Amino acid sequence: MAYDKFTVLTSTAVPMPIENVDTDQIIPARFLKATERKGFGDNLFRDWRYNNDDTPKKDFVLNNPIYSGKILVAGRNFGSGSSREHAAWAIYDYGFRCVVSSFFADIFKNNSLNIGILPVQVSPEFLNKIFTAIEADPKAELEVNLPAQTITILATGEKESFDINDYKKDNMTHGYDDIDYLQSMKEEISRFAAKSLY
Amino acid sequence: MLQAKTAINSQNKSAKIGQIVRNLRFHYNLYKMSNTPSTLFDKVWDAHVVRSIKNGPDVFFIDRHFIHEVTSPVAFLGLETRGLTVLFPQKTFATADHNTPTINQHLPVKDPLSANQLKALETNSAKYGISHWGLGNPKNGIVHVVGPENGITLPGMTIVCGDSHTSTHGAFGAIAFGIGTSEVEMVLSSQCIMQPKPKKMRINVNGSLQKGVTPKDVVLYIISQLTAAGATGYFVEFAGEVFENMSMEGRMTVCNMSIEMGARGGMIAPDETTFKYINGREKAPKGEAWDKALTYWKTLKTDAGASFDKEYTYNAADIEPMITFGTNPGMGIGISKHIPLSEQGSGKASYEKSLNYMGFHEDDAMLGKKVDYVFVGSCTNGRIEDFRAFASIVKGRKKAEHVTAWIVPGSHIVEKQIKDEGILDILTEAGFQLRQPGCSACLAMNDDKIPAGKYAVSTSNRNFEGRQGPGARTMLASPLVAAAAAVTGVVTDPRELMA
Ligand code: SF4
Repeated sequence: MAYDKFTVLTSTAVPMPIENVDTDQIIPARFLKATERKGFGDNLFRDWRYNNDDTPKKDFVLNNPIYSGKILVAGRNFGSGSSREHAAWAIYDYGFRCVVSSFFADIFKNNSLNIGILPVQVSPEFLNKIFTAIEADPKAELEVNLPAQTITILATGEKESFDINDYKKDNMTHGYDDIDYLQSMKEEISRFAAKSLY
Repeated sequence: MLQAKTAINSQNKSAKIGQIVRNLRFHYNLYKMSNTPSTLFDKVWDAHVVRSIKNGPDVFFIDRHFIHEVTSPVAFLGLETRGLTVLFPQKTFATADHNTPTINQHLPVKDPLSANQLKALETNSAKYGISHWGLGNPKNGIVHVVGPENGITLPGMTIVCGDSHTSTHGAFGAIAFGIGTSEVEMVLSSQCIMQPKPKKMRINVNGSLQKGVTPKDVVLYIISQLTAAGATGYFVEFAGEVFENMSMEGRMTVCNMSIEMGARGGMIAPDETTFKYINGREKAPKGEAWDKALTYWKTLKTDAGASFDKEYTYNAADIEPMITFGTNPGMGIGISKHIPLSEQGSGKASYEKSLNYMGFHEDDAMLGKKVDYVFVGSCTNGRIEDFRAFASIVKGRKKAEHVTAWIVPGSHIVEKQIKDEGILDILTEAGFQLRQPGCSACLAMNDDKIPAGKYAVSTSNRNFEGRQGPGARTMLASPLVAAAAAVTGVVTDPRELMA
């Protein structure tokens, strides 16, 4: 699944100041039985989002129309638990392109980068500033600048930089994933294969 | 004129210097190649790096790719969405094992979801020209059993599969490990994955094993020493007399469980035992190709003086038949021991939770604990040697009445060996039935589930809560311990029943 290039994203954000959001919450296990990679967005945060009778839970942030945007801002240790790539698929499929938190679980971070979601790790202080800004104005915009590796709260101009390895940054800015990268070097791979003993 | 001459001279001179430098560099490289000691792991890894990305992973070439019905459908779908195809279909092999039934395999599979996945594997394999050993095929069986027994797994290879116990194939001196669904798609489309190189660990076990102590006990012992996360971030090489003297079946059992100590995989240097096992198998190289391969395989060992990031050494004499008492494979003890007391600290609560799940108490003796189920099989202990060991104890005895036993060969070839060697007769006489090959109760994705609260002695690899069925209580052990439990109905030291 190739994804859109990620360079500079300016968007409002959805605040979720909950810590330790694990992948079981992001997409419950019972939705993993599919043999397709479709429709996971409908089941994103399924059990927080819907009652048993499938009616939306009013107090959950995704059901609150005043919040919207392509950026999810979450509490510390986002994406812990199982390695299911489905969690990242669900977030992407719902429409998010960037998740901001003060700490990410390792595998979730890798899975996200591979499918076109940018995980932006900020300091706990900066995370609080973002939550405060959105609380003050749900329409407050954030600017995530991947080439410059910065995130800015546009209303106040406050800014912080974030880390990403060169290879992954290059992939994201070009909209490539590992599969695209590997496709781009197919000739080199075939030459390599020709010399292989096996 | 003079000027021209000087120019030519100086040209010659710099050409000469260039030549000397090149010669020096060539000889230095030769020297370095022959004098820098490297590990078995380095040799195989480095030979498969297509490209090394600065500040990123290695592009890592895969020689053999195994697929099964559960983790492959989404990967094939990904290929289709992108309009890609399988680059080297002859390097991928498909077998159905995870959710196949172990009785009446000739009938249609009842569970629609399982049937769906089996169908997808068949269709995808046919579409892309991948060999597919589905249900009923004489070569069908657990992916990590059929690879080696058909000569697909060879020394020096890189082998992956969407299954964590791919580490089994490391027994042949291959780098073998489990991958995720996206990576399955990468291998299908480009025969490569993107991997940072793991750190290196060597585990030595020296001396000789006591009577009744099997490869399963060796690996359960190592995991109990290292803990279930003790090798996280490492690739392990098993070395020392115990592994040198071990059969290929035994080496597979050990490497299979390297993932249970957190390692990415484990490997053992190939030697005469390895070559003998491979020679003549269906897909193994023949004739000139064999000679060429053999010359290369003989170079696959860790050089003296090569360095590891971590190294452990154990003494074979310290190992007795092992059994687990808790809910991760690191919670194992010698069968004659009592369950250890919990240590104060952060782990105490989870230790107690684990014993609670098992219905055991600190300081309980393991010997004499009641056993309801016995499972012999899985990619850990589902090979011929395991059934020979099991039969050696049940021969002339009877299955304990209250015990339900599932005896499940790892493949049709193993099943055939069991029959040909007369083991089936021994089993039948003792009151056991043989089931058809598959993963079975190892992960309980089919109907072979241990009921809640029941105790099972199992030769598989994971004793996690609910692994063998919701509420099932698993004690991991060797086929000898399983046999002793099956005939006595309680946890029994197999040495007491051995001639
Ligand atoms: S036997 Fe068990 S561990 Fe082995 S491949 Fe099958 S399910 Fe996995």
